[in-house]
Amino acid sequence: MSLPVILFAALAAATGVSALGVVLSRNIVRSAVWLLFTLIGVSLTYFLLGAEFLGTAQLIVYVGGTLVLVVFGVMLTAQGPLQSLKTRPAEWAVGGVLGAVLFGLIVAVTLGPGGPKGVAGGGGELPGSGPLGLAFLGVTETSQPGEVTGVPAGTTIPRTPVAYLLPFEIVSVHLLVVLVGAAYLARAKRRTNTEKFKR
Amino acid sequence: MSELGLPPFLVLSAFLFVCGVVCVATKRNAIGVLMGVELVLNAANVNFVAFARYNPVFRLEGEVFALMVIVLAAAEAAVALAIILNFYNNHATVDVDKADELKG
Repeated sequence: MSLPVILFAALAAATGVSALGVVLSRNIVRSAVWLLFTLIGVSLTYFLLGAEFLGTAQLIVYVGGTLVLVVFGVMLTAQGPLQSLKTRPAEWAVGGVLGAVLFGLIVAVTLGPGGPKGVAGGGGELPGSGPLGLAFLGVTETSQPGEVTGVPAGTTIPRTPVAYLLPFEIVSVHLLVVLVGAAYLARAKRRTNTEKFKR
Repeated sequence: MSELGLPPFLVLSAFLFVCGVVCVATKRNAIGVLMGVELVLNAANVNFVAFARYNPVFRLEGEVFALMVIVLAAAEAAVALAIILNFYNNHATVDVDKADELKG
């Protein structure tokens, strides 16, 4: 038992328990708090894997941005009976059985003989934020050429140089457009037909 | 670090994914469903980063696509919450079972 193994065990247990808390808690506010701990656990998993930039981005964007949005949504809508809507026992049974079967299937496929193995020796460290930025621009090549099926053994096919700058720009413009649209969609309106639909 | 290996991370990711799917399937609160989707996206991200760490062929791609998933998840959460708030303004509920007006 080395330090990474112990750290991973503690981290995976904490993250798994928090994820179970999201599913099992009746109160939606408690679900949001469990989700906070789950996201922090995932971020710490990134740190454990050596992806510091990604762990930081996860903390800032997910925990600081997305979760605050979710908590605002909870606070704006959680009133009285809506705070803890009961799920019927039959739905719990169907959902639980479905989840158990799905988990068994995924784990069996992952740990089975045909599952992904990873490279012996761990494959080396992940690039830091500097090499990551250069690779975004396509200046340096970070990934190594890999074995390709369907070619004679021992032949490696050179990678075409890749730059992820344009896709990332498209994603950022997409985020801008989506946020403008969301702000328009969620703007304050006069309630006109609330009484008609209230049951 | 290398003695840990890829499979433990994949099992953790599978557990998060299943929790998200069960959350989407059983929650009646629309925001609870949104939380399930966030869990599913996080499970996918753990897979991306684990493969980037343990397979040098994906060393860059794993991190890049994980970053894009984080940004797209933020966009998705914003739109979903806007729709939920609009639904709440019009119907005074967030119960997904009540959103059945399009039923034929």
